Formats: sequence, C-alpha cells, structure tokens
Amino acid sequence: MTSITSIPAPRSPRVRTSRRTTRGNFELYGWIFMRVSGVVLVVLIFGHLFTNLIAGQGIKAIDFGFVAGKWASPLWQVWDLFMLWLAMIHGSNGVRTIINDYAERDHTRLVLKIVLVAAFLITVVLGTLVIFTFDPCPAGGPINLLPSFCSA
Amino acid sequence: MWSWVAHRVTGVLIFFFLLVHVLDTSLVRVSPEAYNAVIGSYKNPVMGLGEAGLVAAIVFHAFNGIRIILVDFWAKGPKYQRVMLWVVIGLFVVTMAGFLPRHLMNVFGGK
Repeated sequence: MTSITSIPAPRSPRVRTSRRTTRGNFELYGWIFMRVSGVVLVVLIFGHLFTNLIAGQGIKAIDFGFVAGKWASPLWQVWDLFMLWLAMIHGSNGVRTIINDYAERDHTRLVLKIVLVAAFLITVVLGTLVIFTFDPCPAGGPINLLPSFCSA
Repeated sequence: MWSWVAHRVTGVLIFFFLLVHVLDTSLVRVSPEAYNAVIGSYKNPVMGLGEAGLVAAIVFHAFNGIRIILVDFWAKGPKYQRVMLWVVIGLFVVTMAGFLPRHLMNVFGGK
C-alpha cells in the first residue's frame, strides 16, 4: 500500500500568517552608509586635522580670527558642513548599535535612544546654524581679535 | 576581536568629543572673547596630551575602518585580515610619529 502525502512545490514561498517580521532593509542601508561615509570622513577629518593642528602654528594659532579666516572661504564652509553631518550620522548610528548590543532592558534602550536622538538633533542644528549665520566681523568686536580683513 | 573592541571604544570617544567640539566652536556666535577664552583652555599641556590621545583614536579608527571595508568588499580581504591589522598598526605608528613631535612642540614649545 502507498500512502499519499502532500508536499508543496519546491521553492514556493513560505506563507506568512502572522505579522510581518522584518522592517525592510534599514539595517542594510545603515551598514552601507557606515562604509561609504567612513571613507569620505577619513579624507574630511584628516584634512581638518592637518590644516588646524599641523600646518602653520598648529593648535597655538587657533582663535576667533583663525576660524573667521577659514569660514570666509566657501570651500571650508562646505567642508565643515559635510564633516558635521556625516560624522554625526556615522557616530550616532555607531552609538545606536552599541546601545542595541549592551542595553538589555527595553526601557533602558528606549531612554538611551531618546537621549541619542536629542543629542544628534541639537548638535546638527546648532552646528549648521553656526556655519551659515557666522559673522566674521561682529559689530563692536575688539579689532585685535578679529581677522585682518575686517578693518579693510 | 581586540581590534573590534578598540574600534568601538575609539568610536564612542570620538563621538563624545564631537558633541563637545561643536559646542565649543559654536561660541564664535557668542563673541570673539568667549571663543578665545574657551579655545585657550585647549592650549594648556593637559589638554594638549588629550588632543594627542584624540588624534591617536581618530587615526586608529580611520585605518582600521578602511581595513573593515576591505575585509567586507575585497574578495581576499578575509584571508588577509590579520596581515592588514599589522599594516594598520604600522600606518598608525608612522602617522603618529609624524604628528606627535609637531603637535607636542606646539603645545610644550615656547613662543
């Protein structure tokens, strides 16, 4: 006697009856972003460190006039803007991974991520505003602290 | 394993410095005096050593990050991952050897 068993056709998709169990490809895109932004950040940050810490007088030369002189050039404005955004997204996503790895209680993870999002928003908004609303020659600023082009 | 731990530790360190660094730079919108006063504190020897540590963290994270990318995307990456860790350490030593004397002279040297 042969018994008849029902076997689904090979490679037919599994039928999901419960709620969906994935949230799309968010983690994949995050993983790719870390690698792409990482390469760009190496260039941006090494350039930043070289001009600010090695060229000229290094850390000794950094003051209001130095920053004003750099941001007079659109190149450094765009440079710093990209560095700010990429580094903040890259860093926040890294810290998010670490929170997921080590904070075991749901409540702890939620609180830490709220703090992380708040820190991200405050830093990115503040930094972006500073780059675009910066005035290299503020009225009433002591002339000896301002960049030389202010008196011209 | 240890390169993975070091990558995490340096990453978190750099992230917290970044938050502080955006705040201190934002003082250029307050006044030239406020910015110069706070940035002046970065020029004392203790902070100077801190900056050396920060740059060391950034340089390691950068080179090891490139290594991670090569392990992930280069077909022979996993095979050479251990060799590449030594390359990372070598590049780290060379980069710091170029940076440290220059920076420490700026921090500890006279006018």
